[in-house]
Amino acid sequence: MDTDRERHSARETAFYLFTQQSLPACKPVLTPGWVIAIFLFMGVIFIPVGLVTLRASHCVVEIVDRYDIDCVPESSRMDKVSYIRDDSIPKNCSRFMKVHKYMKAPIYIYYQLDNYYQNHRRYVKSRSDKQLLDGQKYHDTSSCQPVESNNNRPIVPCGLIAWSLFNDTFEFIREGAELKVNRKNIAWKSDRGHKFGKNVYPFNFQNGTLIGGGKLNPEIPLSDQEDLIVWMRTSALPSFRKLYGRIEEDLDVDDVVVVNLTNNYNTYSFGGKKKLVLSTSSWLGGKNDFLGHACVFVGCSSLTLAIIFMLLHVKYRR
Amino acid sequence: MVAASSRKRKGKIRWSKLYSFAACFRPLTSKERLAARELIGQPGFSRVVFCNEPHLHKRKPYKYPYNYISTTKYNVLTFLPRALFEQFRRVANFYFLLAAIFSLFSLAPFSRASLIAPLVFVVGISMLKEAVEDWHRFLQDLDVNNRTVKTHISNGVFVDKLWKELRVGDVVKVNKGEYFPSDLLLLSSGNEDGVCYVETMNLDGETNLKIKRCLEASLCLNEDEEFSKFKATVHCEDPNPNLYTFVGNIEFEKESYPLSPSQLLLRDSKLRNTDYIYGVVIFSGHDTKAVRNSTRSPSKRSRIERKMDHIIYILFSMLVLVSLVSSFGSLLYLRQDMVDWWYLQLPDDNKVNDLDDSNSEKYDDRFFNPSKPVQSAGLQFIRALILYGYLIPISLYVSIEVVKVLQTMLINKDIELYDDVTCKSVQARTSNLNEELGQVEMILSDKTGTLTCNQMEFRKCSIAGVSYGGDITEVDLAASMRMNADFEPFEFSIDETDGATRSFEPFEFSVSSFSAQNGNARLTKTEGPVIKGFNFRDDRLTNENWIHGSNLFDITMFFRVMALCHTGIPLEDDNHKMDKLSYEAESPEEVSFLIASQEFGFQFCRRTQSLMVLREFDPSSMKEVEREYKLLNLLEFSSSRKRMSVIVSNEDGQIFLLCKGADSIIFDRLADNGRAYEQATTMHLSSYAEDGLRTLAFAYRTIEAAEYESWNTIFTQAKATIGPEREELLEQASETIEKDLILLGVVAVEDKLQKGVPECIDKLAQAGLKIWLLTGDKRETAINIGFACSLLRQDMKQFHLSLSRDAESNNQVKDMKEDILQQIESSYKMVCEERNKEAPFGLVIDGKALEIALRGDVKDEFLQLAVNCASVICCRVSPKQKALITRLVKQYTGKTTLAIGDGANDVGMIQEADIGVGISGMEGMEAVMASDFSLPQFRFLERLLIVHGHWCYQRISKMVLYFVYKNVAFGLTLFYYELYTSFSGEVLYDDWYMTMFNVMLTSLPVIALGVLEQDVSSDICLQFPALYQQGPRNVHFSWSRIIGWILNGVVSSLVIFLANIYILSPTAMRENGFVADIDSLGATTYTCIIWTVNCQIALITSHFTWIQHLSIWGSILLWYIFLLVYGALPPNFSGNAFQVLVEGIGPAPLYWMITVLVVVVSLLPYFIHIVIQRSYFPMDDHIIQEMEQCYKKYDVRDNEMWVREQRNSQRSTRIGFSARVDAKILSFNQQLQQKKLSIYRSVTNSPIYRSITTSPFS
Repeated sequence: MDTDRERHSARETAFYLFTQQSLPACKPVLTPGWVIAIFLFMGVIFIPVGLVTLRASHCVVEIVDRYDIDCVPESSRMDKVSYIRDDSIPKNCSRFMKVHKYMKAPIYIYYQLDNYYQNHRRYVKSRSDKQLLDGQKYHDTSSCQPVESNNNRPIVPCGLIAWSLFNDTFEFIREGAELKVNRKNIAWKSDRGHKFGKNVYPFNFQNGTLIGGGKLNPEIPLSDQEDLIVWMRTSALPSFRKLYGRIEEDLDVDDVVVVNLTNNYNTYSFGGKKKLVLSTSSWLGGKNDFLGHACVFVGCSSLTLAIIFMLLHVKYRR
Repeated sequence: MVAASSRKRKGKIRWSKLYSFAACFRPLTSKERLAARELIGQPGFSRVVFCNEPHLHKRKPYKYPYNYISTTKYNVLTFLPRALFEQFRRVANFYFLLAAIFSLFSLAPFSRASLIAPLVFVVGISMLKEAVEDWHRFLQDLDVNNRTVKTHISNGVFVDKLWKELRVGDVVKVNKGEYFPSDLLLLSSGNEDGVCYVETMNLDGETNLKIKRCLEASLCLNEDEEFSKFKATVHCEDPNPNLYTFVGNIEFEKESYPLSPSQLLLRDSKLRNTDYIYGVVIFSGHDTKAVRNSTRSPSKRSRIERKMDHIIYILFSMLVLVSLVSSFGSLLYLRQDMVDWWYLQLPDDNKVNDLDDSNSEKYDDRFFNPSKPVQSAGLQFIRALILYGYLIPISLYVSIEVVKVLQTMLINKDIELYDDVTCKSVQARTSNLNEELGQVEMILSDKTGTLTCNQMEFRKCSIAGVSYGGDITEVDLAASMRMNADFEPFEFSIDETDGATRSFEPFEFSVSSFSAQNGNARLTKTEGPVIKGFNFRDDRLTNENWIHGSNLFDITMFFRVMALCHTGIPLEDDNHKMDKLSYEAESPEEVSFLIASQEFGFQFCRRTQSLMVLREFDPSSMKEVEREYKLLNLLEFSSSRKRMSVIVSNEDGQIFLLCKGADSIIFDRLADNGRAYEQATTMHLSSYAEDGLRTLAFAYRTIEAAEYESWNTIFTQAKATIGPEREELLEQASETIEKDLILLGVVAVEDKLQKGVPECIDKLAQAGLKIWLLTGDKRETAINIGFACSLLRQDMKQFHLSLSRDAESNNQVKDMKEDILQQIESSYKMVCEERNKEAPFGLVIDGKALEIALRGDVKDEFLQLAVNCASVICCRVSPKQKALITRLVKQYTGKTTLAIGDGANDVGMIQEADIGVGISGMEGMEAVMASDFSLPQFRFLERLLIVHGHWCYQRISKMVLYFVYKNVAFGLTLFYYELYTSFSGEVLYDDWYMTMFNVMLTSLPVIALGVLEQDVSSDICLQFPALYQQGPRNVHFSWSRIIGWILNGVVSSLVIFLANIYILSPTAMRENGFVADIDSLGATTYTCIIWTVNCQIALITSHFTWIQHLSIWGSILLWYIFLLVYGALPPNFSGNAFQVLVEGIGPAPLYWMITVLVVVVSLLPYFIHIVIQRSYFPMDDHIIQEMEQCYKKYDVRDNEMWVREQRNSQRSTRIGFSARVDAKILSFNQQLQQKKLSIYRSVTNSPIYRSITTSPFS
C-alpha cells in the first residue's frame, strides 16, 4: 500500500518535472578536452580496425578472367551478336587461369557481368513472387509483362528476370582431373525454403519465338534451381557478380586451372563484359580494400585533428 | 418591493444633483437639429426601430439580426471546404495532394497507400487542430451569448432573457456594474434626471466615466410598470462602426425628438454609479458599433514559418532540378542504349520482328517507349517528382503542429506563470506563434489595466514646503545598495584588519547607505490594516500628528481642499458599520483623496444639494467636530481647464475658493503673497514626477462677500446663456475668480502599477526589446506612467509632438502637417547630432498630432524618429490609431511586434501585431478573445518571452533545419541511385522502409527536440536576458545556416551512398561468398541513414533527458526491430526483404562496420564545424553552457566570473529600472567625487596641511 502510494507520488513528481521542463538532464558540453579525447579515441579505434580490415582483404586471393571477347572466334569478332545468336555454332571455349597464390578451399566461383542493368525498373518489376511460390495456382501474372504468357498459357517462372537467366557454364580441370564444383547452397536458404515453391516446376518456359537466356530442367522444382534463385536476386548496380559454385579443393601456387566454358549468354549486343572470378573469402567477405583504406584515413585524420586542436588549445587558451 | 427600493432611492443623495452646479450638458445646437432632420430617411439613415414591439422586427422589411455574435472562423458547413482550402494553400501539402492524385493513375513509383496515408494523416491532424481551436472560440461566444439581461415581455413584467435572444425593439433593464448587451437607446435611469454613468474602457480605454443622459420626454419611464403601454418609433442611421456619432430621432407620444450620441449606450461598455437604466435595443448582434469596430482576427503565421516556405521553395527547385536531370538522363538512355538491352524486351522499330506481334500491340509500358522517347521522358519527369518527394519534408508540418501543441501545453502548465490572485494561468490561444515569442523586438503596450491596475493610491504630499511620505525612491535605494555592494569587499577587509567601524572609512557613501537602511526600515514597516487607495506612511501626518506641525493653518486648509474640492459622494453602506466611509467619484484620483483626507481626520461624511459636511479633527479642542460648508459654486474639471474649484462658505460666513489642478496652471494663478512655498514645492514636484506619481497642486483664496456677489451674477448669467458662446462666457467667468491663489502644496497619487511591472520592463529592456506605450489616456497620465515604469527618466531628452494651438484652430490639414513635419525634423536633427552621447531620447506624441504624423508622406519621417528614440509614448490615441501604429511600425521596421492590452480598445492593435497578448485578469474578454496569448498579469510577459520565447524559437528553428537536413540526406540517396539504374526510376529501398522513415524512424527524436530542448535552463535565461537577442537577430535561422544544413545533408547523403556502393560492390559481403543484392544494399544504406540522422540529432541536442535518449536510441533500435518483424512476415508481403537481416546482412561483420564508419564520416564535417565554432567563435549560449558546466561544482552564482559575464551580457539599456539605477549611480559617483574633492581641498587648504607640505621646501 505504502509502496503503491510512493510510486504514485513519484509518478506525479516526474510529471510535474516534465511540465515544468526541469527533468533531470545531462548537458554534454564540447569542451576542448572532450574534443581532443574524442578525436584521439577515433584515431585509436579506426587505425587498428582499418589495418585489420586491410589485412583481411589482402588474405583474399582473387583471379579474374574476362572471357567475353576472347571466347568469340577471330572470324566472328566483327559481328559478335550474330555469332552469339546463332545456335548452330558450338560455343565451347577454354580458358587458362594461373593461380598466383595459394588458395584455400572453399574457392568461390563467380561470374561477373558489367554494364548489365539488372536494376532497371522495368526489369526488376517483371516477376511474380506469388507465382514462384505457388506455381500455376496463382493466375495473375500481369506483373510479369512482357513475358507473362506464351501461346495463351502462363509461363512459369514468368517475367523478364527469369527469362533472361544467365546460361554460360563452366568446368574446371586441374592437371587433367576435373575439379569438383559444388553448386549447392549458393542461394539464400530462406529463398529456397520460402520463396521458391517446392512443388513448382518450370512450365512453358523459354518456349516462345524469342528465347532470352538459359532453360530450366522442368523436372526439378524451382526451390532446387539454385542458379535461377541466385539470378532472381537482382543486383543493385550495373556491374555485379553472382555466385556460380564452390571449388572445395585447395589450389596451390602456380597451379593452372583449365576452364571449359560454354559462352552462351549474349552481352555483345549492349557491350557488356563477362568475367569469371575465382576468389577465396575472409571473415569480411571478398577482396575489397575500400573499407580498410577508409578506416585508416579516418583514423589518421582524427589523430591529425586531435593534434591540431591540442596545439590550438595550448596556444589560444581561453 | 419596488416601492420600497424607490423610497430608499429618493432618500439618497443623487449623484446627478452635483451637476446642477456644473455646466456639463450642452443643449443641441439648432444646426445639429437640422442636420438630423435632413439626414433621416436618406440612404445610410434608413433604420426604423419600433420600441417595445420586437415582434415587428421578425418580418421584413424591418428584420434585423438577433443579438447573437459569433467570432468563429468556421461553421459546421463551411468547415470542411474552408479548412481543406487553408491546408492545401501550403505549398508542400498541395504538392503531396498532386502526388496522391498521380498515384491513382499508376504514375507514382510507390504504392498508393504509401502516398495517400501520410497526406491524410498530416492534413487530418492539422484540420483537427483548427477545429479544436475554433471550438474553443465557439465556447467563448456561447459564454457571452448566454449572459442574461432583464427584458420586458409584456405588462411591465421584466424577465431574464439570454443576450442572444434579444431583438431590436426590446426594452431592457440593465443594473449597476453590468455590461450593455447591445447598443441601447437610453430611456431613463435610476437617477431622477435621467443621467447615467458609463465606463467605456473596453471601447476606447479611457478610465473616466462618461455621462449619458436620456431625453426629457422619456424621463418618466423609470418604473417597470410604465413600460406596459410604452410605444415609440426611432428613425436613425444604419449600423456603422463609428463610436462617437449617432444621428436619429424618436417619435414618442406623437412628438418627434432628435437623438444624439449621448443617448446611445454602446455594447461592451458598463453601467457605473447608477442603479439601473431602461433602454431599448437599437442595434443588435453584429450591427452593434463595438462588433462593427472589430475586425475578424487574421490568421497569423510566424516568421520562421514564412521563411520555411522559402526553404520549401528551395527544396522544390532542388526537386525539379534532379527530376529534370533524371528525365533527361532517361531520355538519353532510352534513345541510345536501352534498345540494345535485349533483356528489357523494349519494342524497337528496327527489331520489331524479333518480338511477338501480340506483345508489341499490347505494349503499355509508357515509361520506356522508344518510339515516343519524349513522352516517356515526360512521364519519367513526373515519376521523378514523386520519387524524390522525400526531399520535401511532408511530415514537417505535422511534426511542427504536434510540437507546437505540446509546447503550448508546457507554456500553459508553467507554474511560474500562474497567478494566485486570479487563479488563472497563461493561455496560449493559438499554437502558431510560439517561436515568434522568441523574436519580438517591439512591445506595444496599453496602459490602463495592462501596466496599471486602474487604481489610485495616495502616496506622498508636500504641504507648506515640507514633503511627507518618504523621500527615498526605490531607484535611490537600489542604486545605493548596489554601490554599497561594490564597496563591500573593501570595507570588509578594513573591518577585519583593524576592526574599525564603517563610518571611519572616509570615502564611504554614508548618506546613501544611511538612507537605504532607513528606507528599508520604512518600507518593511507595513503593519496595520492595508487601506485600499492609501499607501502613505509618515508618522508626522498620520494619527493626527499633524497638529504638531508648524504651519497648522496651511495644513488644515490643505486637508480641507482635499476633503471639499471634488465631486465625490460617500457611499451608504448599511453593512459597513465602521466609522470609515467609502466613496464614489468620477475619477479614481478623487476617491483616493477622499480616503486620504478621511485618514488624516477630515472625513467627508454628507453631501446635500448645497451643503457639504466634514467631520474634522479640531486641533484646539483635540476632538472631532462636525462642520458644515455651504457649497456656493462648483467650477468643474475639464481637460482644457485642467483645474477644478469649489466656492464654499464656512460656518463663520467666510467664503473660500478651494482649487486643485495641474501644477503649471495653479502656479500661473498664484498671488504674489501666495508663493511662499513655491520653490520647495517645485522641487518636490519634480521628484514626485520622476517617480511616476501623478501630482496635483492645491491652492485656496478667501473671497470677500461683495466680490463674490458681483462675480456670481456674471457666472449665473453665463450659465443661463444658450448658444455657442456659452462655454466661452463660463470660461471667462471662472477665469476672473480663479486667480490670486495661495499655494498650499501638492499631492502625489500613484496610478498603481500592477505587480512586478517595473521589474518586468527592466528585464525586457535588458533583453533589447523596445517598449512603446499606447494609451487612450491623457498626456500627463501617460507621462506619469512612463516615469513609473522607467520608460522615461529625468535625464532623458524628451520630444513632445503636439499640434500647436494655431494649427489646431486653423483646422487646415496642410498647416497641421507642416507644423508636425517641422517638429519631427528638428527633433530628428537633434537625435542625429547627439546619437553618440549617452543621453537617450523619449518621444511623447498625442492623438491629434499622431493622426497627422501617420499620414502618407509624414509617416516615414515620424517612424524614423520614433524608432531612434529609446521609448515612445503615444497618448490620447483611439483604438483605430493603435492598430494603425502597430501596422505601420510592423511594416516600416520589419520587426516582430507584440501588442499587449486588456480591453476591447486594444483589440485592433492585438490583431494587427505579429503577436497579440491579452490580459485576462480583468473582466472584459474581448482582448483575450482576439489575442494569441492571454496572460493574467503583465509581469508574466518577461518569462513568456525570455524563457519560453527563447526556447521555442531555438527549438523550432533547430527542428526545421534538422528536418531539412534529414530529408535532403535521405532524398538525395534516391537520386544518386538513379544514376546507377540508367534513370529508370528504380528505388533502392523497400516502399515500407521509406514510409516508415518520416512517420516512425525519425519523427520521435525531432518531436522530443522540439518540445524539450533547452540551450540553457530557465533561470539562466532570466539571468542573461541578452541571450534573447538571438531571436530578433535570427541567429538560428539565418540563410547561411539553412544553406549550411542543406549542404550538410548533401555531404551526408554522398558519404552514405558512396561508401555503401564501394564497400559492398562487387565483391562478396560475407564469408560464405554471398554478394549483396539490391535488397541487401538497400537495407544497409538505409541502416546507415537511420543511424546518421539520429546521431546527428544527438549532436544537435544539448539537453538530454531520458525522453531524448529513449527517442533517439529507441528510433535506431526500432529500425532493427522493424527489419526483423518485416523480414519475418511471409514473403508474399515482405517480398525481397524477407529475412534480410537474419540471413542476409545481419551475419556479415561488414554490415556493422559500414554502419560505424559511415556514421562517423558523415557526421565529421558537422562535428568539426561545431568544434571550431565553439572553441574559436563561440556564441553566447555556448559560453554560458560552458560556464555552467565548469562551475557546476560550486554555487555558480557566487562566482565572480559568473557575475561579470552576467553584467556583460546585459545589453546596455536606455530604459528600464536598471538604466535609471545606473544613471543614479553615475550621479552619486559624481557627488562622491565632488565630496572627495572637497575633502581633499579642505585638507589641502588647511593651514596645518600647508605647513606640512610646504615645510620641506621652505
